[in-house]
Amino acid sequence: MRSHECFNRRVPALWTDRCDEVIDVTVTIRVNDTPHELSVDTRVTLLDALRDLLGLTGTKKGCDQGACGACTVIVDGQRVLSCLTLAAACEGQQVVTIEGLAGGGELHPMQAAFLHCDGFQCGYCTPGQILSAICAVREVHAGVPSYATADVRQTVNAATLTDEEIRERMSGNLCRCAAYPNIVAAVRQVLTNEVPS
Amino acid sequence: MIAFTFERFSRAADAANVAGARPRATFLGGGTTLVDLMKVDVLTPDTVVDVRHLGLSSIEVSDHAIAVGAAVTNSQLAWHPVVRERFPVLSAAILSGASTQIRNMATVAGNILQRTRCPYFRDVHASCNRRLPGSGCDALEGFNRGHAVLGISDQCIATHPSDMCVALAVLDAEVHTQRPDGTTRSIPFGDVHLAPGDTPQVEVALEHGELITHIIIPSLPGAQRSHYLKVRDRASYEFALASAAVVLDLEGENIRAARLGLGGIATTPWRASEAERFLAGRTASDSTFREAAEIALAGAVGRAHNHFKIELAKRTIVRAFAAARDTNV
Repeated sequence: MRSHECFNRRVPALWTDRCDEVIDVTVTIRVNDTPHELSVDTRVTLLDALRDLLGLTGTKKGCDQGACGACTVIVDGQRVLSCLTLAAACEGQQVVTIEGLAGGGELHPMQAAFLHCDGFQCGYCTPGQILSAICAVREVHAGVPSYATADVRQTVNAATLTDEEIRERMSGNLCRCAAYPNIVAAVRQVLTNEVPS
Repeated sequence: MIAFTFERFSRAADAANVAGARPRATFLGGGTTLVDLMKVDVLTPDTVVDVRHLGLSSIEVSDHAIAVGAAVTNSQLAWHPVVRERFPVLSAAILSGASTQIRNMATVAGNILQRTRCPYFRDVHASCNRRLPGSGCDALEGFNRGHAVLGISDQCIATHPSDMCVALAVLDAEVHTQRPDGTTRSIPFGDVHLAPGDTPQVEVALEHGELITHIIIPSLPGAQRSHYLKVRDRASYEFALASAAVVLDLEGENIRAARLGLGGIATTPWRASEAERFLAGRTASDSTFREAAEIALAGAVGRAHNHFKIELAKRTIVRAFAAARDTNV
């Protein structure tokens, strides 16, 4: 039986009914420039640590099995899925969540672009979409190819990037409201404004 | 998920030694397969050994080969300028798989060792000889649209899901390992994955605790004339129904040598050697490619829902070779 107490206190939202045995590790994770020393059950994912231990509920739990992208965060500069990342494996890593983007009363350019382009409806996938899109723009500026690039030997160029390429680069983030055309528009707006992101 | 201890080492020998000594230990790379399958109790390790901090995260380039550390991510490998220039088929194959987020996490060794996506394998309430030897195979008479038509047995028809491995197969990569007893060895890529036969639970030719340290990809003159074509149910973020990795060495319109790997239709990353031999010395025409495709799929056996893959794979092969032929190099 799942113990209510253990479900809430020790092992938040864990995929288990086995709460009798708990093996903790201590990790220091830097989240949005603030270091946190956490004592976590080895089974806890980065997603659950962010939401349930640090109260950063902007990172969303969609499928919790690596299929939807709602839990996307940036770890050491790369977009990753926090639902398939063990918190125990994040020692010393730098995590950026949606809460870490806006600063000094200013939205991040990608947040502003999603608002301007109406790139969401219900908003549940939006934090993951925005973090993913920020990295997609960085990757384009770095010139790296996607599967939609005609020839991987080419250096891609923000000015000539097709909508098909933007969709390919954003395919790891599902939107059940199907705001996709407006998400593509938001990504393009940031890409072509060449706003540093 | 059952409780497990989490170990992190800085030397490959220590990681292999500790994992080898614990029968239920497993290595953690990017976790994109492992954590997923642990959540649904398909994998139940009591020890998880993090192998991303063993100094195995670099790509070293020489004239005759590149050496890729086991913990290099799929993205790092696909985006590396020398990989894109020398082995475009490898870069494209990797980029066709999963999503950027997953490729940023997944390691090269983890991709090689990833488990099948057969839905019966990942459902502990289903019968699966690969997960529980002797329990039967629900895929044989069940919903088997995504399953393999090559390399199958009456014990298992699960598809090997990797795109990257199909390219590594045609590039004659070598897999280097560290064993728990401290010795090292190298294994030709084609010998790493095992067809299910009567022991579908034995998926790779590695002993327990044997750690992949790096892979060597030898330079292949002519590898620039290559192509990876993946056919699937949606345009992106989906596994292959059929895929082909091809390399063509041409002299005018004649084929000096051809290489052909197949994904999405076989129980292992598939090298179609007989079709390759057929192509050598022939004209690079669509009809020649079709004949080669017939040879490549000659041994294929379809079941209730996946029979379409046999024709689909043949057409995929023809299109991939035609694209490679028409590439400007």
